[in-house]
Amino acid sequence: MTDPDAELLSRFRAGDEQAFVELVARHHTTMLRLAQSFVASRAIAEEVAQDAWLAALRGIGGFAGRSTFRTWLFAILANRARTTGMREHRTTPLESPEPAVDPARFGAGGMWTSPPVDWTDAAAERLDAQALATALQSALDGLPPRQRQVVLLRDVDGLSSEEVCEVLELSEANQRVLLHRGRSHLRTTLEANFGAR
Amino acid sequence: MPLRLRRQPDLVCQQIVELVTDYLDGALPRADRGRFERHLAGCPQCTAYLAQMRETIRLTGRLRVADLSPAMRADFGELYRGWRAEAT
Repeated sequence: MTDPDAELLSRFRAGDEQAFVELVARHHTTMLRLAQSFVASRAIAEEVAQDAWLAALRGIGGFAGRSTFRTWLFAILANRARTTGMREHRTTPLESPEPAVDPARFGAGGMWTSPPVDWTDAAAERLDAQALATALQSALDGLPPRQRQVVLLRDVDGLSSEEVCEVLELSEANQRVLLHRGRSHLRTTLEANFGAR
Repeated sequence: MPLRLRRQPDLVCQQIVELVTDYLDGALPRADRGRFERHLAGCPQCTAYLAQMRETIRLTGRLRVADLSPAMRADFGELYRGWRAEAT
């Protein structure tokens, strides 16, 4: 996989301060959000994200490009955030299994009795894009931490499943289970908020 | 003994909704992919469901992040210069 940060990275390594700041601009918000899913407060998350950048600066000489830069960077962040979260006794256990769709919406034979309510036209046409983004963001913020981490990296930031597994130290299968639950939650929220019968 | 064709039973809607992410990731084994697509071909509800999941993913991908404020840019420039000073 080609590294989307390759160009900025080589400028940064050649001593270009501006290139470093551009890398920060590209990744800092994701790092902050990722950190927040591990620790209790925004202030601590900010501290962890900034520490991760300093660790990245100090460790850049050892980055050999075996993964993408963002995978390497987010893994530094995740490790620090996890350690900090543990020190706060904040654990993020495996969430118990839950169905993608409320079982009450299917009949005994597993066929829909209450089929999905359409909202996709609403999303495309009548709907205020801002209202939708706000609802989606708050649904994302409300996901259990591990689901939130995977959805954030895969669907918001666009990492591949391999990259996400490496950052979060997950197996492919577990990563996909968490992604599936997270996405299913978000779809349910959109249907509940914007579905029109 | 007569040969019996062992054909997997068809998937039902409630199974389809649990396989959507595997399907979109190309992670379903070939046989299951076939069963998944056969079900979709005959089920407008599940076809709509899959479209909604795709739309959910697309909209989530638009929750792009805010720009870094000028003050933050300055802070990180300072972090960089501090590191350069420490490294030399």
